[in-house]
Amino acid sequence: MDAIFLQILNGLDKGSAYALIALGLTLIFGTLGVVNFAHGALFMIGAFCAVTLSRILSASFITIDETRTDFLGNPMEVQTPYAEAWFGPEIGASIIDWAVPLSILFAIPVMLLVGFIMERGLIKYFYKRPHADQILVTFGLAIVLQEVIKYFYGANPIPTPAPEVFRGSMDFGVMLGFDPNVIIYPIWRLVYFLFSLSIIAAVFGFLQFTTFGMVVRAGMADRETVGILGIDIDKRFTIMFGIAAAVAGLAGVMYTPINPPNYHMGMDFLVLSFVVVVVGGMGSLPGAVLAGFLLGILESFASTTWAIGLVPGINQIIIYLVAIVVLLTRPRGLLGRKGVMEE
Amino acid sequence: MTDQTQHTAAGATTNRESRSTGGFLGLKGRDVTLMIVVLILTMAAPIILNPFPQGSSLAQFNAGYPDLMQRFVIFGILAIGFNILFGLTGYLSFGHAAFLGVGSYSTVWMFKLLNYNVLPGLVLAVIVAALFSLLIGYISLRRSGIYFSILTLAFAQMSFALAYSVLTPITNGETGLQVYTSDPQWLRAAGSPDMPHLFGITMRATETVRVGGWSFDFNFGYYFCAVVMVLAFYMAIRIFRSPFGMMLRAVKSNQQRMNYTGLNPRPYTLAAFVISGMYAGLAGGLMASMDPLAGAERMQWTASGEIVLMTILGGAGTLIGPVLGAGLIKYFENIFSKINDGVLHQWFAFMPDGIENALVTIVHPFVGKGWHLTLGLMFMLIVCFLPGGLVEGGKRIATVFRRDRKSGPVEQQAAQKRNAE
Amino acid sequence: MGILEVKGVNKRFGGLQALGDVNLSVKENTCHAIIGPNGAGKSTLLNCLVGKLVPDTGSVMFDGNSVLGRKPHEINQMGISRVFQTPEIFADLTVFENVMIPCFAKRDGSFRMHAFERTDSETGIVDQAERMLREVNMFEKRDVVASSLSRGDKRRLEMAMCLSQKPKLLLLDEPTAGMARADTNNTIDLLKTIKAKGDVTMCIIEHDMHVVFSLADRITVLAQGTPLVEDIPENIKGHPKVREAYLGEAEV
Repeated sequence: MDAIFLQILNGLDKGSAYALIALGLTLIFGTLGVVNFAHGALFMIGAFCAVTLSRILSASFITIDETRTDFLGNPMEVQTPYAEAWFGPEIGASIIDWAVPLSILFAIPVMLLVGFIMERGLIKYFYKRPHADQILVTFGLAIVLQEVIKYFYGANPIPTPAPEVFRGSMDFGVMLGFDPNVIIYPIWRLVYFLFSLSIIAAVFGFLQFTTFGMVVRAGMADRETVGILGIDIDKRFTIMFGIAAAVAGLAGVMYTPINPPNYHMGMDFLVLSFVVVVVGGMGSLPGAVLAGFLLGILESFASTTWAIGLVPGINQIIIYLVAIVVLLTRPRGLLGRKGVMEE
Repeated sequence: MTDQTQHTAAGATTNRESRSTGGFLGLKGRDVTLMIVVLILTMAAPIILNPFPQGSSLAQFNAGYPDLMQRFVIFGILAIGFNILFGLTGYLSFGHAAFLGVGSYSTVWMFKLLNYNVLPGLVLAVIVAALFSLLIGYISLRRSGIYFSILTLAFAQMSFALAYSVLTPITNGETGLQVYTSDPQWLRAAGSPDMPHLFGITMRATETVRVGGWSFDFNFGYYFCAVVMVLAFYMAIRIFRSPFGMMLRAVKSNQQRMNYTGLNPRPYTLAAFVISGMYAGLAGGLMASMDPLAGAERMQWTASGEIVLMTILGGAGTLIGPVLGAGLIKYFENIFSKINDGVLHQWFAFMPDGIENALVTIVHPFVGKGWHLTLGLMFMLIVCFLPGGLVEGGKRIATVFRRDRKSGPVEQQAAQKRNAE
Repeated sequence: MGILEVKGVNKRFGGLQALGDVNLSVKENTCHAIIGPNGAGKSTLLNCLVGKLVPDTGSVMFDGNSVLGRKPHEINQMGISRVFQTPEIFADLTVFENVMIPCFAKRDGSFRMHAFERTDSETGIVDQAERMLREVNMFEKRDVVASSLSRGDKRRLEMAMCLSQKPKLLLLDEPTAGMARADTNNTIDLLKTIKAKGDVTMCIIEHDMHVVFSLADRITVLAQGTPLVEDIPENIKGHPKVREAYLGEAEV
């Protein structure tokens, strides 16, 4: 029982990332009718927003401390981050420590902007083009974005730690009545899960309770009719693209402490997220979220030594296997509507 | 009105006459020309691709060395095959690299088990790729459109993951499959070469001819691949001009009408999928024949993306396009990867220092290790502005020239003719 | 016993009864028209005949065989061709290729791997297609890409495609919808010539009464998914039930 619970917990963080990326993909697909192969790159850009901000925050100047010497006997060079110099050592240090959560504030405008530019500058010309063209142009864009990041940040993963309070693990099991030391869970992963849940809730709330969201939902159901109503649907769709980009970006920001970001993380997640979208049902937002968590948890179960002993390598292929089975038995996905992408 | 009908009737008779005249190996008109051009280009490639004398500053743009030329034609085969699926039926497969990898593994296994003769390996590569693509195609083709693309992508990634980890006994995992001295090689004759060969002539055998400052390498491996590619190209032309090829274009155009015309689109598409899988397997086999090593990374989806790009760049659905695309991408990959800052400074040395440095800084991200950036940009530009690829670009330029030279009605005729093509 | 026998066909979409107990018998080599107000279930009925929809209950027999449970291409191979309301043609292919494809389908069945023949060496097919194009006056457009044809030409092309299969039963779904008067008359003439040959059964859905009364040997009036009357055209014209069905629609 506790082992099962542990695996479910272990699947949550990856599941959250899948769910968030798949949510954005579905939003874009449902509203704009565009298959966005560059969505993984948005996730990656988000992660690098965190890297950038933590670099900016820890930018420091060098002073020479005459009272101390280094091992060569020269006067010691001391690096003082500007943050500490301006806000005092304690506040400064904690600002630097909290770089990743602070990046959320930084990433939202950046990602919205990136989203708007992408949609206005490129995607909007592809609404009426065949899906193959959309796939190809966004695939090209993904390569470009990835290479740009690689050019500026290098090819190696960049460790970006979580704030000190959230580092380490906690005995999660005790709180739920299990034996101590059975379910040890890294705190940040829990934070990530809760964060994802709130983002998902925010997106759904936004779509459900605002007029804007209502129009967008109507547009997802039947784009033509909403267009006829004289509502400027295009502007709203641009904003939706920005929001989808921000969701992917935030997923990336908060994922950095779990996995040090590198330039190809977007592609890695994208392939899986597409599978998630297809399993959930193309165009279904709840489907994307459900399938994201389901597949994340399934992957975690498949990674147990027991599962690998049973079927070697199952952890590597489980998601694809599930996708193939789902597509063949329930071609529209778990919660997919009829008629979406049938042609 | 009567005048016009008479005119067309006359046109029809000439058509009929041209139809009755025999062709060359089943090819007619422009196809014969195309075939001859491809034949000449591939056979003379070692000379054509080395236009600059050795040691000159432009020699770095030469492409006439064996392993690059081999890549040109091998990827050419791959793209020709992919085009039979994507260009004709419109089904965008993102998993063709899997067949490439399977082909390579099969060939290396034949080297390990039988001997270094490439023929059994290539035959097995094609057979295994055919079976594998039959399986994947049978399942993937139950869906169309974006679903098909994602299914093939999932299959390819799964094959990659399997080759990388679980199937290590067959694929040798991360290290890659290669031939060891301890391998059985049951059919190995004493004294036969210790590397891939065709009845004793090794793929590495190279004759270097020097003419003045020029030096040309005539490599057996290249010529072997080139002959295979010419054959593959010939088969592709035949398929394009056959009723089967027409049916494949019908699949792309209107499946509903196909159904209501009594035709079943699925076996047609599956046949196209398997044929293109066999081409990919053949290409993979040739790759292993040139360098007896097969690794899982050959199956990754970025590799599949590259195949798509080659086809698009040249022009999907055209005969010569994919070959051009494959050649260009491999050429630029090679050239761009070689250019470093030193080379750039040499190029811009004639400029004032400030401008020189600025130019080097601007160009730097796109060359050397930044080749993929250029690749991605090229990809986007082609899809945005030239969806028909280079072949369409060529046609557009040709139209502009025609417009300059000839008068209105002729141009209309030309436009009509183009429509008919 | 007609060539097409529809018995007790029902079809529901959720709560909507699209077809209720439809019986229809079409005699060989006649022209049978199905008329009725919008939403009467005419297109649903047609879709049940060609395999696009499967009726919930009932039977559809064609030429002595049931079509139920067969795929559209199998039903077509039995000898049923369909002309659509909006022309379904191979838009990226030339007019000539469009007509050759059904000829191949007729000769070779639903699939054949003829990958190494040359299309233009198939003299039998080429002649057949050329004859067909001449018949519908489109020969001079043989090398035009079908997507650039006018709407009327697209319809004629589709008709030619269906006819070149020499179907036993030709289903026409509003073949003159949206056509100018002259085009409509051309189409009527074309259909009359086909009918005069006496080797094809036609089943036509049409709103234009002029078309219906010029062609039909028998007329079935469908309203709310059920056949109201079936009779010869002369008797349909003044039939009270028919007027009721149409007037009822007019009042709404």
